Amino acid sequence: MILIELFYAFVRIGLFAFGGGDATLPLIEKIIINELGWLSYGEFTQVVAIAQLTPGPIAINAATYVGYRLAGVLGATIATFAVCVPSIMLIIAVMRILKRFQTNSGVDKFLKGLRPAVIALIAAAAYSIAITGQGIADVKGIVIALVSFAILRTHKLDPVLVLLLAGISGVVVYL
Amino acid sequence: MAVRTLAKSKASTLLSLFMVFLKIGAFTWGGGYGMLPLIKTEVVDKRKWITSEAFLDGVAVAESIPGAIAVNSATFVGNKVMGTAGALVAALGAVLPSYVALILVSAFFLSFRELAPVQNFFRGAVPAVAALPVNAVIDLGKEALKRYTEVIIAAALLILLIFFHIHPILIIVIAGILGLFAKGRK
Repeated sequence: MILIELFYAFVRIGLFAFGGGDATLPLIEKIIINELGWLSYGEFTQVVAIAQLTPGPIAINAATYVGYRLAGVLGATIATFAVCVPSIMLIIAVMRILKRFQTNSGVDKFLKGLRPAVIALIAAAAYSIAITGQGIADVKGIVIALVSFAILRTHKLDPVLVLLLAGISGVVVYL
Repeated sequence: MAVRTLAKSKASTLLSLFMVFLKIGAFTWGGGYGMLPLIKTEVVDKRKWITSEAFLDGVAVAESIPGAIAVNSATFVGNKVMGTAGALVAALGAVLPSYVALILVSAFFLSFRELAPVQNFFRGAVPAVAALPVNAVIDLGKEALKRYTEVIIAAALLILLIFFHIHPILIIVIAGILGLFAKGRK
């Protein structure tokens, strides 16, 4: 039955997608295109394009899209649920374990050691957002990025508002 | 009476968790990492649900576990604030906007794609998305990197990530091992 197949396929993707969107794309390609033949490469490119025009992580976008195409809203719901379930369960389990061992000085040192790594990962995100997909493609993009940054540093504005303003300025300057 | 008040405040915390992550989910443009600065602003700066340090621990956990970083971070924060129920509600909130948007776009794909203004909106918004993590890194760095060695480690790991394409999981393992050799701190 297609719903069970959808669930199984996206549980696998959810379970093996380590390290963000860049790592997820090849996995979706392998399972959904090559193995199951649920999408053609043309459609896959479309999904990536849609993912850029809609909110949310690419794995979830792909799950909702493929589920919808194969089995309507129910399929979309099951695929989206399936892709999230493994990580939600793992996070809850890992947090329980960490809580138990938090007083262990080795675990504590290891965790504190991660802080520079996480800061590096978030900084690297700026770079990868800027260079991949639409990213910062031209001088207008550079100006928007710099102005947004200046506003964020100098005003206590909600970042969401800055995003909306940047989007609106995009509609105007790219007309 | 006290029980009812407690239940009420629990329900209202769950509702605000859901609303916060619904908002964050709706503005996750340009991949899950774009979401991290938004989460930090909402849950650390505005609502003070967790500290900067707890946020960084959360990102480390979210990064070490498979799955979309956005959903993972939502689950972590939700779990920290309200246990399993909080985790589920936050994850649901984070996923819902992308789910609804994808169904709408799949149903009306061709007409949507031809909408040049929508594309231009995102051409303008994505550079701002790139500015968000830079801003967050400056704040987080000030709060969480208390030693020069930590700053140097962060810079070195950033170089490994960007120029040598070392996998994030490996970066986390390297940093954790370096942490084991660090001298004790509070």
